Amino acid sequence: MTSVEGLLGCEQDSQRTLSPYVTGTSVIGIKYKDGILMTADMGGSYGSTLRYKSVERMKSIGKHSLLGASGEISDFQEILRYLDELIKYDNMWDDGNSFGPKEIHNYLTRIMYNRRNKFDPLWNSLVLGGVKNGQKYLGTVSMIGVHFEDNHVATGFGNHLARPILRDEWKEDLSYEEAVKLLEKCMRVLLYRDRSAINKLQVAKITEEGVTISQPYSLKTFWGFNAFQNPSKGAEGTW
Amino acid sequence: MFRNQYDTDVTTWSPQGRLFQVEYAMEAVKQGSAAIGLRSKTYIVLASVNKANSELSSHQKKIFKVDDHIGVAIAGLTADGRVLSRYLRSECINYSFTYESPLPVGRLVVQLADKAQVCTQRSWKRPYGVGLLVAGLDESGAHLYYNCPSGNYFEYQAFAIGSRSQAAKTYLERKFESFMDSSREDLIKHALFAIKETLQGEKLTSSICTVAVVGVEEPFHILDQKTIQELIESFEIREEEVADEGAAMQEQSPEPAPMDI
Amino acid sequence: MARFSPYDNNGGTCVAIAGADYCVIAADTRMSTGYSILTRDYSKICKLADKCLLASSGFQADVRALQKVLSSRHLVYQHQHNKQMSCPAMGQLLSNTLYYKRFFPYYAFNVLGGLDSEGKGCVFTYDAVGSYERVGYSAQGSGSTLIMPVLDNQLKSPSPLLLPAKDAVTPLSENEAVDLVKDVFASATERDIYTGDRVEIVIVNAEGIRREYIELRKD
Repeated sequence: MTSVEGLLGCEQDSQRTLSPYVTGTSVIGIKYKDGILMTADMGGSYGSTLRYKSVERMKSIGKHSLLGASGEISDFQEILRYLDELIKYDNMWDDGNSFGPKEIHNYLTRIMYNRRNKFDPLWNSLVLGGVKNGQKYLGTVSMIGVHFEDNHVATGFGNHLARPILRDEWKEDLSYEEAVKLLEKCMRVLLYRDRSAINKLQVAKITEEGVTISQPYSLKTFWGFNAFQNPSKGAEGTW
Repeated sequence: MFRNQYDTDVTTWSPQGRLFQVEYAMEAVKQGSAAIGLRSKTYIVLASVNKANSELSSHQKKIFKVDDHIGVAIAGLTADGRVLSRYLRSECINYSFTYESPLPVGRLVVQLADKAQVCTQRSWKRPYGVGLLVAGLDESGAHLYYNCPSGNYFEYQAFAIGSRSQAAKTYLERKFESFMDSSREDLIKHALFAIKETLQGEKLTSSICTVAVVGVEEPFHILDQKTIQELIESFEIREEEVADEGAAMQEQSPEPAPMDI
Repeated sequence: MARFSPYDNNGGTCVAIAGADYCVIAADTRMSTGYSILTRDYSKICKLADKCLLASSGFQADVRALQKVLSSRHLVYQHQHNKQMSCPAMGQLLSNTLYYKRFFPYYAFNVLGGLDSEGKGCVFTYDAVGSYERVGYSAQGSGSTLIMPVLDNQLKSPSPLLLPAKDAVTPLSENEAVDLVKDVFASATERDIYTGDRVEIVIVNAEGIRREYIELRKD
């Protein structure tokens, strides 16, 4: 009889992911007037070392979907291979039917949940956005298969730092400019407070017209805040 | 005497390039009682003739719901038809489990055709002896397909299979140009008229036919007998009465086909 | 180092009350993980048949998988029997489905509510591995410890030991039951951080299904 310990594997010669190696941090996605906007920085952390600085963590999937990932980068790239295969076979039918964001999101949820059932998870939190037939779609899946849709979603630290901002400031009919501004505000907060975040990010857009992923750029920062320069001021006794 | 040497198993070619076993399977379709289908842009109607084996028995079911958006009508070996509809149902359920959306009809039909084709190329198998009219709706619109025991499949505006289906086909060929923009009720009317053609003078009643509909905003369902009877009466498809009472007398209702028993 | 855990607790509270000719099924719409709220608008109630609804809390991925298994099985049942499953039949199926995963359980806490074949309200309540019981009312999930004693106090069902057996259905009218549900959810939200945002109330009776939503505290 295999014990749970056995299922989880021992440290020496495990064929499963026991902990991630190279990871990406938060992804944020929001609905706006014409579709979905998503943003993620391009850092790839090796533990606490910032090892890679040009990792693309958002990719288009077929005609109607956009996928962003945080967590293990290699697992994300494996997921992209699964989806490339799926989309290829979908296109080969050439019959006027195609997978929309809802189908892709469900398929990803099945994959993530199946792998957790095998105690061999894909170590990612995924954000899936898309537009098909005038319908906007934004959802997320975690590495154990927890999934939901919302008007704005975020993974990892984004859940703690970005979503409270989004809950205050998001509205249904944000223009593209307003939406980018809102995402940049969130990313700036993450940059200040999430040590894995780096100041090189991309913004991806998906509308009825298709996907565009921006060139990498950086945000203007201001490190002269009093609390940054003298963090212990006003907190007597702390170091 | 002469005996066909090339028809004892499916995998043997005749010198003329024919596969007799496959052709025999297609003959089985012709012997089953008729099934017809027709469609507009947004609706598909299936109808079948139900022949009971005897006065004492009920008839075999010939129209099956596959999913909310797909249904089939069959002619030929009903037992094979049931097996295939079960396959179709499970494919639909599996697809919607993975994607939470309905399986496109055209894709289901290809899977079904591939399954039939395998039986024409294995020495230890026999072809399915059933023809299926697959009616369905997906994002590319309304569809009607015919699946043949040979593994071939065809898309139609309107089609009829089974015994004396030629009469129904002639009727449908005469009328099909108006089908695309027809209303749901008109499609049902044409379906009943087409069915009537296959009866060769026998009276059309709700007890010897089944009608099913699928369309935009209308999940596939089989109409109940009462509704069909009312429709038959309202369309006045009833026999033109006394006019040829004599003729009707001699036209004993034909024997049910061996395939339906 | 943090190890992989196949489970999470996404919280949530489910309540069902059966009456003589109705059943009220309710659940909040908050989904959380740890101290974070994932979304404020996730329905925990799944319609399995015309007169049979399932409310579940626990681990959302397991809950969704369970709902999908039951829906698929119900489709097969409809194909084979040309009718919808009765609520007691669905109750047994749910128990079997949960027990099938006895040694890697669905982390799901379920209340199944609806009408039985006589049109009487029925509630089935479960643990994660499938033991179940037909009752007159029940609460499951993160707020159940706060709600269940209140229901006991207000609805005092006859002892299941009584002979001959008494009906477990509550004596309340439909409107009284709905009001009670609103109150217990408002109360549970005060103390349970995993319950809140909104409560979805589904009422099943001879006319069909009706839904109501009441806002709850969002903190």
